[in-house]
Amino acid sequence: MEQTDTLICITCPMGCALAVTHEGQTVVRVTGNHCNRGPRYAQAELTDPRRMVATTVKVRGGSKPLLPVYTAAPFPKGRIFELLDALRRLEVDAPVRADQVILANALGSGIDVLASRDMA
Amino acid sequence: MKQNYDVVVIGSGPGGLAAAIAAKRAGAHDVLIVERDVEPGGILQQCIHNGFGVEALKQDLTGPGYAQRFINEARALDVDVLLDSMVLDVTPQRRVTACGKQAGLVELDARAIVLSMGCRERTRAQIRIPGARPAGVYTAGTAQRWVNVEGYMPGRRFVILGSGDIGMIMARRLTFEGAQVERVLEIMPFLTGLNRNYVQCLLDFNIPLQLSHTVKRVLGNKRVEAVEAVQVDERWQPIPGTEEIIPCDTLLLSVGLIPENELSRQMGVRLDPVTGGPYVDEGFQTSAPGVFAAGNVVHVYDLVDWVTEAGLIAGRSAAEFALGKTGTQPAQRTCVTKAGENVRYVVPHRVDAEALTRGPVKLQMRVLRPMEEPVWVEARAGDDLIARHAERYARPGEMLSLDLPQKAYDTVRRAEILTVNVVRRKS
Repeated sequence: MEQTDTLICITCPMGCALAVTHEGQTVVRVTGNHCNRGPRYAQAELTDPRRMVATTVKVRGGSKPLLPVYTAAPFPKGRIFELLDALRRLEVDAPVRADQVILANALGSGIDVLASRDMA
Repeated sequence: MKQNYDVVVIGSGPGGLAAAIAAKRAGAHDVLIVERDVEPGGILQQCIHNGFGVEALKQDLTGPGYAQRFINEARALDVDVLLDSMVLDVTPQRRVTACGKQAGLVELDARAIVLSMGCRERTRAQIRIPGARPAGVYTAGTAQRWVNVEGYMPGRRFVILGSGDIGMIMARRLTFEGAQVERVLEIMPFLTGLNRNYVQCLLDFNIPLQLSHTVKRVLGNKRVEAVEAVQVDERWQPIPGTEEIIPCDTLLLSVGLIPENELSRQMGVRLDPVTGGPYVDEGFQTSAPGVFAAGNVVHVYDLVDWVTEAGLIAGRSAAEFALGKTGTQPAQRTCVTKAGENVRYVVPHRVDAEALTRGPVKLQMRVLRPMEEPVWVEARAGDDLIARHAERYARPGEMLSLDLPQKAYDTVRRAEILTVNVVRRKS
């Protein structure tokens, strides 16, 4: 049965309000989008919602106690807290270079977690 | 470090880094950034979330990642950086006094200066929240610094006042670190941050947002024990009977930013009471010759991308002034910009028509009232329409811009006042 839900697209700062008509996980129609990323976002939200994740990990011998890190690609939303737990257990050694892999293939997702910055 | 510089930049956030880079690229030989922190990057270093650079760089970067690009570029261009040093004074003769643990007391002379001190957060004192004065009331940015850089959690159970982006982003961040965020309260009847942050910071984690609500008082003696929230009417007056006690140990404030202009004020730079920043021309020169301003110190931007863009312009202008390519006095024949219909302010405050011989001049403005309908953003000299462009809507939280095209040269040269309006567009 067709059903229409409102989603706010988070792809860019505009934040279009999408009216998404779908049958189960299949998108039938999207309105309210101002570009073609809207329908793509709507489909992904229904089947496999993902988010960029940014947090910190402990760093030994660094100029700061924490190193900011981020996922190289949007990460499955339902497993974010599992990922955060894994990163909380991690400790890396300085120096670190920006975009250095901190956790490869996080939780088997195929997504790496990278350093956001250099840290001496 | 030298005694004399072509350009001295105060602050190494995105505005300052861009200004230093642009000054070097424009031919300034000796460029110095003075930074009070022990490392460059400014507030970007604590903004560990992504979303930076999407507009200008077409890349989605974290705050530290965005800063890193510009730090690397400044380094490659041999920009000098004096860290851990606080600028205490700048004179109209462009002498800079700074002091710090490493460098001691430093006096420098600059041919041109770029002010890029950024902005500060509004505090409890500025919004006058009644009640006790226990520990546990902090600004959202202070908490962000503790959590993301220093490694401290300021509490376990939070209420956040203000639905600006920093407040919402901190709600998610604290949730990631195991805290409970009980509520986000917003005095306005609408969200003041971006919709996307409402989705990915609040909705995703079931953090309740209450619009038209504020904190009536803070409870607790040594430490915050609860806040009393209340619904407000359209004049922000509390509605009796809607009070609710929310137990918590920390109240974070995300209630607005103010350009940081203590140094500017001290040296006599004229400030716009509406923006809180200096009056500037199209090259971001202030009322003091050879003193430029870049980024949030001028007016508070929504996106770092536009801070970088402003810094690039200010830095280039500063280099040209330092190298004697522009007059040592601000141009005489300038045209003043004026906030017209549904416009709160316009930056720059004055435009020299000669600038149009080099390229278009960008005006930036904010509206007073939201218009959820198609609008024209237009600039007029008297009745003459000089430029306009269409927007789908206009909201106070989202800065608008309008390019004055080069072909407007003759009109702008003759005009004394350019009025900017945001008006309904019949589609």
